[in-house]
Amino acid sequence: MNSPVCEIKNLHIEYPIAIGTVRAVEDASLNLYPGKVLGLVGESGCGKSTLGLSLLNLVRPPGKVSKGSIIYKGQDILTLPGKKLLKLRGRNISMIFQNPLTSLNPLMKIKDQFYDTMIHHEPGLKKEAAMKRIEELVELLGIEKKRIHEFPHQLSGGMRQRIMIGLALIMKPDILIADEPTTSLDVIVEAGFIELLNQLRQTYNLSVMLISHNLGLVAEIAERVAVMYGGKIVEEGSAESIYSNPLHPYTLGLIQCIPNIKLENQHLFTMPGSPPDLVHPPPGCRFSPRCPKVMAQCRKELPPLIRKNEQKVACWLYRENR
Amino acid sequence: MKHVLKYIITRVILTIPMVFILLTFVFIILRIMPGDPVSAMLGAHAPEYVIQEKKEALGLNKPVYIQYVEYLAQLARFDFGESMIFKQKVSSPIIEKLPATIELGIFGMLFSLVIGIPPGAFAARKRRSLPDFGIRLYGNIVWCIPVYWLGLMLQLVFGIWLDIFPIAGRTGTKVFPSLFERTGFYLIDTLITGNITAFLDVLYHIFLPALTLGIYLSGVYIRLTRANMIDILKSDFILAARARGIPENKIVYNYALKNAFIPILTMMGLQFALLIGGAILTETTFSWPGMGRLLLERIYSRDYPTIQGIIVVFALGISMISLIVDIIYALVDPRIKY
Repeated sequence: MNSPVCEIKNLHIEYPIAIGTVRAVEDASLNLYPGKVLGLVGESGCGKSTLGLSLLNLVRPPGKVSKGSIIYKGQDILTLPGKKLLKLRGRNISMIFQNPLTSLNPLMKIKDQFYDTMIHHEPGLKKEAAMKRIEELVELLGIEKKRIHEFPHQLSGGMRQRIMIGLALIMKPDILIADEPTTSLDVIVEAGFIELLNQLRQTYNLSVMLISHNLGLVAEIAERVAVMYGGKIVEEGSAESIYSNPLHPYTLGLIQCIPNIKLENQHLFTMPGSPPDLVHPPPGCRFSPRCPKVMAQCRKELPPLIRKNEQKVACWLYRENR
Repeated sequence: MKHVLKYIITRVILTIPMVFILLTFVFIILRIMPGDPVSAMLGAHAPEYVIQEKKEALGLNKPVYIQYVEYLAQLARFDFGESMIFKQKVSSPIIEKLPATIELGIFGMLFSLVIGIPPGAFAARKRRSLPDFGIRLYGNIVWCIPVYWLGLMLQLVFGIWLDIFPIAGRTGTKVFPSLFERTGFYLIDTLITGNITAFLDVLYHIFLPALTLGIYLSGVYIRLTRANMIDILKSDFILAARARGIPENKIVYNYALKNAFIPILTMMGLQFALLIGGAILTETTFSWPGMGRLLLERIYSRDYPTIQGIIVVFALGISMISLIVDIIYALVDPRIKY
C-alpha cells in the first residue's frame, strides 16, 4: 500500500456542556490513502461526524480538539493558522453534507456559489474561464450546463446532491469527506451517487472518508472500514474482513441488523440498550452494558486497540493475541 | 411580470374594504368620544341657540348614521370634505404636512436600519461575548425608552449642552422655504432649485428628530437581526460554505445576512405603523410641522373630517408600504413568486 495522504493520530475531541464534558471522540487514529475509500460506521451520536469535521478543523464550538494531530502534507491541520486553513478547506480537503436540500445557499445561483469558492482559492480568476470549468464539471456530474444559471430550489434533490459534490470537487481536492451523503436521498439517487463517487475517485485519485450508519452503502464502495462506538474506534480493517469476519461484538451486532432478503421469516436482530452517555461513559469498555459476551474485565478496564489477523479490534475477547 | 401586475391590482383592491372598516371605527369612536367641534370652538359658556345654529351649519344635528352615509358618499367622490374648524378643505393641510412626515419617516427608517442591522449581525457573530452583551442591552433599553423622553434627552445633549444641532423646525431662521418650495419635500426642492446652503440646512434640521426615531426603532432590528443571524449561522449551507474555505466575513455579512434579511423585511413593513406612532410623538417634541402634529392638533379641536382624512392617508400609506415590502420579497428571495 502506498503512503497515506492524511494521518489522524490519537485524536480527542471534547464538548464542554453544562453538566460536564462530552468526550465525543477519544483516541482515534486513522489513515486515509489516495484513491481509496474509508468507511466510518457507527450509530447516531457516536462521534463520526465530529471526527469528519475535525479534518477541516471545523468542529462546531464549543467543541474542540483537546489532544492529537491530523497530519496532511507534513503539517498538522489542527495547528494551522487561520489563513492557511481557509486555503486548505475546499481546495485540499472538501466535505459534502448530509442534507443536500439545505446545504446550498438558497439566495444564490448555482454558478455564483461555484464562482465564490473558486475566486477565493484562485484570486484573479477570469469569470469566463471559471464558467467553462463549472460547466465541464457539472456535465461530468450528469447535469445540463444551463442549469447552473438557476437557483437551488429549482433543482431536484438528486441534482442538488450532485451540485454539492461538484462544489466539493471544483478545486480538485485530495480528500473528500462525505458525511451521510445519501441519508436524505431515495435509493435510485443513492445508487447513482455510489456510481458517481466510484468514477470520480478514479478520475481524481481522490481519498474518500465515507461517514455513514448504513453498512450496506459502505460495503459497496469502501476498501477499509472503521467502526466507531461511543467516541472510540472499536474495530478497523479491510471491508471484506470486517463483513465476513467481524471480531468486535458490536460490529457483529451491526451486521446482524441488516435485513437479508434471502432469508424468509427471519427475526431481525436488534441491539438491546442505547448508546452510552458520553459525559459519564461506563467504566471499562463503552460497549460492555450492551455486549452479549461481556466479561468481568470488560466492566473495569478499557480494552486497547490491538492487531488481530488483518484487523484491529478493541475487545478483551482477543487479548491473548496481543 | 404579468403575475406581479395581477398581484398588485388584487392587493390594491383589497385595501378598499380595509380602509372602509378602519374608517367606520374611527367615525364611531370620534362621535362616542366626549366633546365635539362646536364646544371645542365656542367653549363651555356659549348660549344654547348659538351652539344649535353652529351644529346645524356643520350637519352635526343629523342622526349619526345619516352623517356616516353622507360622509361615505362624499369619500366615494374622492372628496375628504371641509374642515369643521377652519375654512379650508381637509386635503389642503394634509398635502401641506405629508411631505414633512414622509421625509422624517424615511430618514428615521434609514437611521434605524443602520443603527440596528450591522450591530445585530455583529452580536450574532460574537455571540455570548462582551460586545454581544452590550449590544443586546442597548437593544432592550432603547426598546423600553419612551420616544418623547429620548427626543428630549437628545435635544438636551446635542441641542443644549453640546449645542451642535437645532432642536426644532425643518429649517433655520435664515432659510426661507418659500424660496424653494415646490413639492413640499424640502430635501428634493432644495436640490431642484440648486440651493445647496438650504439643502444642508434642511439636512441639519432633520438629523436629531430622525436620529430619535432611528434609535427608538433600532432596538427591534437589533434583536431580530441577532436572533435570525444566530439561527442562520447554524444552518447547513453556512457550514458547507465554511467547509469550502469561504472567509468568515463573507459568510456572515453576505451569505447569512442576506438570508436573515427576509424576516427583517417583514418587520420593516410592520414597523411602519410604529414609525407613524413614533412620528406623532417625535414631531411634537421637535416642533416638526408634519402629519403627526396635525393629527394631534385636530384631535384637540375635534375636527372630525380632518381626523378621518388623516387616518385614511395613514392607512393607505401603511398598506402601500406592505405592498412594496411584498414586492421587494420577490426581488430578494428567488423562491417567492407571485
